[in-house]
Amino acid sequence: MTTSEPSLPRENFLNCDYSIRSWLLTTDHKRIGLLFLVSITLFFVLGSAYAGLIRTELLTPRGDVVSPQNYNKLFTMHGLIMVFFFLIPSIPAVLGNFLIPMMIGARDVAFPRLNLASWYVFSIGGVFTIITAVSGGVDTGWTFYTPYSSIYSNTSVMTMAVGVFITGFSSIFTGLNFIVTIHKMRAQGLTWFRLPLFVWAIYATSIIMVLGTPVIAITLSLVGLERLFHIGIFDPALGGDPLLFQHLFWFYSHPAVYIMILPSMGVVSEIIACFSRNRIFGYKVVAFSSLAIAVVGFLVWGHHMFVSGQSAFAGLIFSFLSFLVAIPSAIKVFNWTATLYKGSISYDTPMLYALGFIGLFTIGGLTGLFLATMGMDVHVHDTYFVIAHFHYIMVGGAIMGFMGGMHFWWPKITGRCYPESWGKLSALVIFIGFNLTFFPQFILGYLGMPRRYHTYPAEFQVLNVMSSAGASILGVGYMLPVFYLFWSLRNGPIASANPWLAKGLEWLTPSPPPTDNFEQTPVVTEEAYAYRPEETASG
Amino acid sequence: MDESHAIVAHQFDDAGQQRESALLGMWVFLATEIMFFGGLFAGYTAYRFQYAEGFAAASHHLDMLLGAINTAVLLTSSLTMALAVHSAQVGKKPAHIVGWLILTMLFGCAFLGIKVIEYHDKFVHHLVPGASFAWEGALARQAQMFYYLYFAMTGLHAIHMLAGVAVVLVIAIQAARGRYTPQYHNPLEITGLYWHFVDIVWIFLFPLLYLIA
Repeated sequence: MTTSEPSLPRENFLNCDYSIRSWLLTTDHKRIGLLFLVSITLFFVLGSAYAGLIRTELLTPRGDVVSPQNYNKLFTMHGLIMVFFFLIPSIPAVLGNFLIPMMIGARDVAFPRLNLASWYVFSIGGVFTIITAVSGGVDTGWTFYTPYSSIYSNTSVMTMAVGVFITGFSSIFTGLNFIVTIHKMRAQGLTWFRLPLFVWAIYATSIIMVLGTPVIAITLSLVGLERLFHIGIFDPALGGDPLLFQHLFWFYSHPAVYIMILPSMGVVSEIIACFSRNRIFGYKVVAFSSLAIAVVGFLVWGHHMFVSGQSAFAGLIFSFLSFLVAIPSAIKVFNWTATLYKGSISYDTPMLYALGFIGLFTIGGLTGLFLATMGMDVHVHDTYFVIAHFHYIMVGGAIMGFMGGMHFWWPKITGRCYPESWGKLSALVIFIGFNLTFFPQFILGYLGMPRRYHTYPAEFQVLNVMSSAGASILGVGYMLPVFYLFWSLRNGPIASANPWLAKGLEWLTPSPPPTDNFEQTPVVTEEAYAYRPEETASG
Repeated sequence: MDESHAIVAHQFDDAGQQRESALLGMWVFLATEIMFFGGLFAGYTAYRFQYAEGFAAASHHLDMLLGAINTAVLLTSSLTMALAVHSAQVGKKPAHIVGWLILTMLFGCAFLGIKVIEYHDKFVHHLVPGASFAWEGALARQAQMFYYLYFAMTGLHAIHMLAGVAVVLVIAIQAARGRYTPQYHNPLEITGLYWHFVDIVWIFLFPLLYLIA
């Protein structure tokens, strides 16, 4: 990493005002992004603690750490917190907020106050979650399946449902803001096909946020009515159908997986291009594949219900559509690989994360095809095979992308470089820990170990111990960046405006950027990723 | 925002960009609203097919006349709303804009008042789902499902009406202060969009709930 002469930056968005009030009332998209970073980091720690307890319980075949009901609460709270309070807001609300206006050469998002409201709404939802956790948690599974959630569970279902409901609006506000910002506030000369692919990915994500989130909001409201007043449309005793709940729930919650993975794909596109000094191979196809994932992703929800009593014909259609959504995902993987070809590759920390993403996402995606196959799904449904599959997507994919992006843009955000060797070490530890945690779970699931049980037959112990050991390595891997990134805030070398020599408007402005982002509004005259200007003329 | 002249917020380059952003933002929000109502419409569709007979029988107990009057009231309120926006666009005096907005609110309140009469009638006749629900004859469960959806859908709609009236009140106060000119009336215009959307939702609810045979 090249650094400029160490000179303390002049006035920027971080040092313009140090008061707490200036942070809590800020409408600066960069500060709001950092508010989100603090919030979601806290929830990540909380969600990880639940995961740690789960893996501790599963060290032995007997249930000797927690009671069965408490175990149910552990995996429920782990899922709810990680999905709704970490993964969904992670890249969009942190890196998206910070970067989207800068990448398109704008001073801020279209609706800065709505942006701040989004953080407050998130925080209120978060408070409900904390109250739920303190009052004993929820045991329905993160999926809130009826009639268990609406009639039988005697845990704090309503508090948690209200928390998820409220947080949903945070997602909607963020998505709405990005859509309008990307449409209306691009700098002069920045046409759609000159946009960085991160912007395309966030745009596609925003569409899902805006169209999907309201459906889970109304669904949870109906669960609430059923639970509080014993009236509703999901309870068979009232003439309702629990399967309808599953349809409505997964109509949001499957696309929600793409809310988690698409932004990571955007980050990986930026990193791969920068660290192979190449244009992204097939830029337009990669851009449109994000939109294709968003659109087709809305049509695959039924693959969660192959064994729920859905008709076989519906299952067949959903199986086919689920295979279809693999195509744009595969296109991305192939095109990133093609981008590496004949590139000048350097293995800095962000690149290690991006390469890790490609490998792990490929495994997660391919095992998704196993699950989209109806016959295979009947065999491994609700087993650890499913757990391993979606953790390869959500942790191996989404979080690797988030970590890669945090390292890539850390100098831009803070004006300081992190210690590169520690960065590489943590990327390696996370990669090893992750695989040791979740690869054995594929085998466990295939052998028939069901999810959501706190005991298991003795012959599964070796693999479970491997998984728990991996989880502790993974935990160390995640703790390292917290320490050295924090350390770098004061002690890291001062970063230049463009330490990676990367392309993109955000690198034209000083690190950290001034409050209005650019001293002069940029005018764009070239396509994205013009790392080799002599070649782009023909392309 | 500095109220005297800086109508264009700092993040925008000019008033045109600001107006387009405001309009697009509201359209995107309305897309969200469609999906929000969409969950209930999906539930309605599922049970309408499953319980066709019970739904038809239950629907007969709704007051078609009151429903029709309410439809007319709401359509008229959309007209007055459109006239309020138009008045701002052509630069009429604030009193004009405020007048149309007050009429819009009155129609909105009239709609809600008639809705209260209808709800009260259902309450008296034990047609509110729950323990007190009473239904003569067969298909009681189907009828209860219909009334559940009736209350959920019209209730959600009524909440949107309430919010609409409140927002129009705020906009009317701003208009009275002379805040809206032909150059700048974005809040008024997007409130109009919202009002028309809530109107259109009712246009779907009325036949789906009142007019099934």
